[in-house]
Amino acid sequence: MTDAALYRQGDPRLLGGRPHEGPASKRITTGYGFWIFLLSDIVMFSCFFAAYAVLLGQTADGPKGAELFDLKSVAAETALLLLSSFTCGLAMIAADVRNALWYQIGMAVTCLLGLGFLALEFREFAELVSRGAGPTRSAFLSAFFTLVGCHGAHVSAGILWLLTMMAQVFAKGFRADIMRRLLCFALFWHALDIIWVAIFSVVYLLGSAA
Amino acid sequence: MLGKLTWAAIPFDQPIPLVTGAIVLVAILAVLAWVIIAGHLPYLWREWITSVDHKRIGVMYTLLASVMLLRGFSDAIMMRAQQAVAFHSQGYLPPEHYNQIFSAHGTIMIFFVAMPFVIGLMNLVVPLQLGVRDVAFPTLNSVGFWLTATGALLVNISLVVGEFARTGWLPYPPLSELTYSPGVGVDYYLWSLEISGVGTLVAGINLVTTVLKLRTKGMSYLRMPMFCWTTLASNLLIIAAFPILTATLAMLILDRYFGFHFFTNEAGGNVMMFMNLIWAWGHPEVYILVLPAFGIFSEVVSTFSGKPLFGYRSMVLATMAICIISFMVWLHHFFTMGAGPNVNAIFGIASMIIAVPTGVKIYNWLFTMYGGRIRFATPMMWSIGFMVTFILGGLTGVLVAVPPADFLLHNSMFLIAHFHNVIIGGVLFGAFAGYTYWFPKAFGFRLHEGWGKAAFWLWLVGFYVAFMPLYAVGFLGMTRRMQHYDVSEWRPWLLVAGVGAIIILAGIICQIVQLATSIRHREELRDVTGDPWDGRSLEWATASPPPVFNFAVMPDVEGEDAYWSIKLRAREQGLSREPDYKDIEMPRNSPTGFVCAFFATIMGFALIWHIWWMVVLGGIGAFATFVVFAWRDHDEYVIPAAEVARIDRLNREARRASLAGSAP
Repeated sequence: MTDAALYRQGDPRLLGGRPHEGPASKRITTGYGFWIFLLSDIVMFSCFFAAYAVLLGQTADGPKGAELFDLKSVAAETALLLLSSFTCGLAMIAADVRNALWYQIGMAVTCLLGLGFLALEFREFAELVSRGAGPTRSAFLSAFFTLVGCHGAHVSAGILWLLTMMAQVFAKGFRADIMRRLLCFALFWHALDIIWVAIFSVVYLLGSAA
Repeated sequence: MLGKLTWAAIPFDQPIPLVTGAIVLVAILAVLAWVIIAGHLPYLWREWITSVDHKRIGVMYTLLASVMLLRGFSDAIMMRAQQAVAFHSQGYLPPEHYNQIFSAHGTIMIFFVAMPFVIGLMNLVVPLQLGVRDVAFPTLNSVGFWLTATGALLVNISLVVGEFARTGWLPYPPLSELTYSPGVGVDYYLWSLEISGVGTLVAGINLVTTVLKLRTKGMSYLRMPMFCWTTLASNLLIIAAFPILTATLAMLILDRYFGFHFFTNEAGGNVMMFMNLIWAWGHPEVYILVLPAFGIFSEVVSTFSGKPLFGYRSMVLATMAICIISFMVWLHHFFTMGAGPNVNAIFGIASMIIAVPTGVKIYNWLFTMYGGRIRFATPMMWSIGFMVTFILGGLTGVLVAVPPADFLLHNSMFLIAHFHNVIIGGVLFGAFAGYTYWFPKAFGFRLHEGWGKAAFWLWLVGFYVAFMPLYAVGFLGMTRRMQHYDVSEWRPWLLVAGVGAIIILAGIICQIVQLATSIRHREELRDVTGDPWDGRSLEWATASPPPVFNFAVMPDVEGEDAYWSIKLRAREQGLSREPDYKDIEMPRNSPTGFVCAFFATIMGFALIWHIWWMVVLGGIGAFATFVVFAWRDHDEYVIPAAEVARIDRLNREARRASLAGSAP
C-alpha cells in the first residue's frame, strides 16, 4: 500500500499528517538549525535571568536598581535597537530583490544603530563603575552586569558578523549560500531584540519600580 | 609575558604525574614520528583530520572516547588501590594528588568518554539509519568534534603543566572559588568544559536538525528506528541543557577572574544557586548519556531476537517522556539543601515517576526477546548484562529518590555505587554493545567474538565485585572521596572492590587484544555483504564500510524495519532491478574544524594561565578561520554517475552471491 493510500485511511503511523517526501532543502535545513541554536542561546540567557532574579535583593548594603538605572538612556537604547531591527529587515528585503545598493545601505544603518546602542550601554556601564557600583560591588550588580553585558557581547558579535556579511555580499554577490547566511544573521539580530525586550522589562522597568 | 606560567608549574617533585606524563609524551611523539616517517601524514590529513564525512567523524569521536577511557580507568584503579591500602595510613597518594585524581576521573569519564562515545555512535549510524547521505551541517560537525578533542587535550595537559581541580567532578563553590582554590586546577576544568561544551552543543544542533529535517522519502517519524528516536531525545536534551552548563561555568569564571559575587560567601553570593543550576544541566545529562544507550539496546535486542521491536510506539512515548521528565528532577541531587518537605516530596515523586517509562522500556526489550530466536552474539550479551545490572541500579536509584533515605545516603559510597551501577551498566555496556554491533559497518570486518565474550564476562563480574561492596560500605557510613580511613569494618569491602577493579582491567585488556586480533585476522572476519547480523534497519542496506555517499540511490521507505522488508522481497524475488544512477554532490573536506580547535586550544591554555596577548591572538585566529571558511567558493564536489555505479555494483554482486548461497 502506498503512503498516499495509507494517509487516506488515516494511518496513525504517518505522524505529521502527510507522507514524508524526503530531505528538506538546504535553505530550510539551515534556517531550522539556526533556530535551534537561537533557542539554545535563549536557554543560556534564561540562566542569567534566573541568576538575576535570585540575586536581585542581594545588594550587600550597596545601591539598588532604582538608584542606578537611568530610564531615559535605556529608552534611547531600546529605540536604537528596535530601529536597527527594522533597518535589518529592510536590508533583507533588498537582498531578496537582489538590490545590492539598498542592501548595503540598510546593513550600514543597522550597524550604526547597533554601535549607537553599544555606545550608550558602554556609557551606562562606565558611569556605574565610576560611581563605585561595578560588578564586584554586590551579587546583585554581578548578575546585572553579566546579564546585560552578555546581551551586549551578543550585539558586538552580531556587528562583527554584519560587517562580514556586508563584505561578503560586496565580494561575491547574492549567492545561494550567502543568502542562507543572511537568513541566519537576520534571525540572530531579531532574536537579540527579543532578549532586549525581556531585559528592558525584567531588569530596568521592574528594577526601577523596586 | 607568560602570565602565571613558570617552571614551578611542572610537578618535578611528584613522580607519578611526571613519569606518566613523560611516558604519554614519548608515546605520542613516537606515534607522530611513525606517522610522519611512514608517510601516513598526508593520508591522515586528507582522509581523517579534515574529513567532514559523518562516518569518519563518528569513528574519531569513538576513538577519542576509547583513549580517554584508558586515562579515566587509570585514575579509577589508582583510587581503588589507594583506598585498599590507606587504612590507618596515608596510602601512597598524598591528599592533594588524590583529590585531583577523583576530580579528573569523573570529569574525564562523563565528558570525554561517555559523551564522545555516544555522540560518535550517533554520528556514525543515524544518517545511515535515516537513509540519507550526510548530516545537516557536515563542517560544523567536524568543528564540534575537534572542540571536544580540545577539551580533552587541555584536561590532559593539566597532568604535567600545573594541576587539575581538586573539587570533585562538579566544582562546588565556595571550594572552587579563588579564595579556596587559588591554583589553576579549577581553571583547567572550566575552560576545557566551556570549549568542549560548545562542541557538544554543535553536535546536538546538527543531529536534531538531521533527524527532523533530513530523512529519506517515506521515513516518517513513526518509521524511524528506535536509535534515531533516542538520538533525537538525547540531542534535544543537549540543546536545552548544555547552555545551562555554559552559563553556570561562565558565572564561576567571572567570580574567579573578575571578582564577581555569584557564588561567593560574601557580598550576597548564593552557593546553592550553583547546585541548582549545575544540576539543572546535570540531571538531563545522565539521560543524554543513557537514552542513546537505550536506543542501541533496542536495535541490538530486536536484531538478535529476529523480531521487530515489541511495543515500538510505547517505546517512542517512553523515550520522549523521559526527555521531558528529566528536567523536573534535578533537586534530588541535594535533598539535604533544606528546601523543605513539600519541595523535596515533589522532586522525590518526580524522580520515582521517571522510573516508569524506564520500566516500560525494560518490559519491551523482554517481550521482544520472548518468542524470538535469540542469537547470543557479543552485542546481545552486553544487552542482557545491561538489563540485569541496570534494573539493580535503577532500584537503588528509586531508593535514594526517597528524601528521608537520601538524608542518610547523601554523598556516601552508596551513591557512588548507585551511579556507577547505572552509568557502567547502562551507558558503558550500551556503548560497548554499539561498538561491537556497528564495528563491521564502520570498518568492513567483525570483531573477534571469543575475545569479546571474554571481555564481557570480565567486565560484568568485575563490575559486581567492584561496586556491590561500595553499597555495603555506604550503609556502613563511609562517605565518598576519602583519602584514608581508620574504620576496620570498611577494610574488607574496599579490598574486594580493589579486586573488582583488577578484574575490570582484565576485561579492558581483553578488549584491546580483541581489537588487535580482529585487525590481524580481518580477512577471515570480513563482512562481504554489508549485513553481517541479519539486521533490520537501513544502515545494513549499504556496503561495509559504506561508500562516502552512503547510498547510491536514496532508499524509499515503506514501513517500519525499513531494510527488513527490502531484504524479504530480495529473498523472494531476487535483487531489485539496477537503479538509474545519477551524479552525487558531496561536501568537500575542510580543515576548518581542526584549525578552529587549534586556536581554541591556544586560547584555552592562555586563559587558564592569564596570558592575555595569547588570548587575543587565539581569538583573532578563530575569527579569521571562520571568515576564510565563509569565503570559499566551492564547497561541494561531484561523484560522477559511472563511479557511483561502479561502487554500487560491487556491493550488489556480493549481495546477489549471498542470496544465491542462502536460497532454499
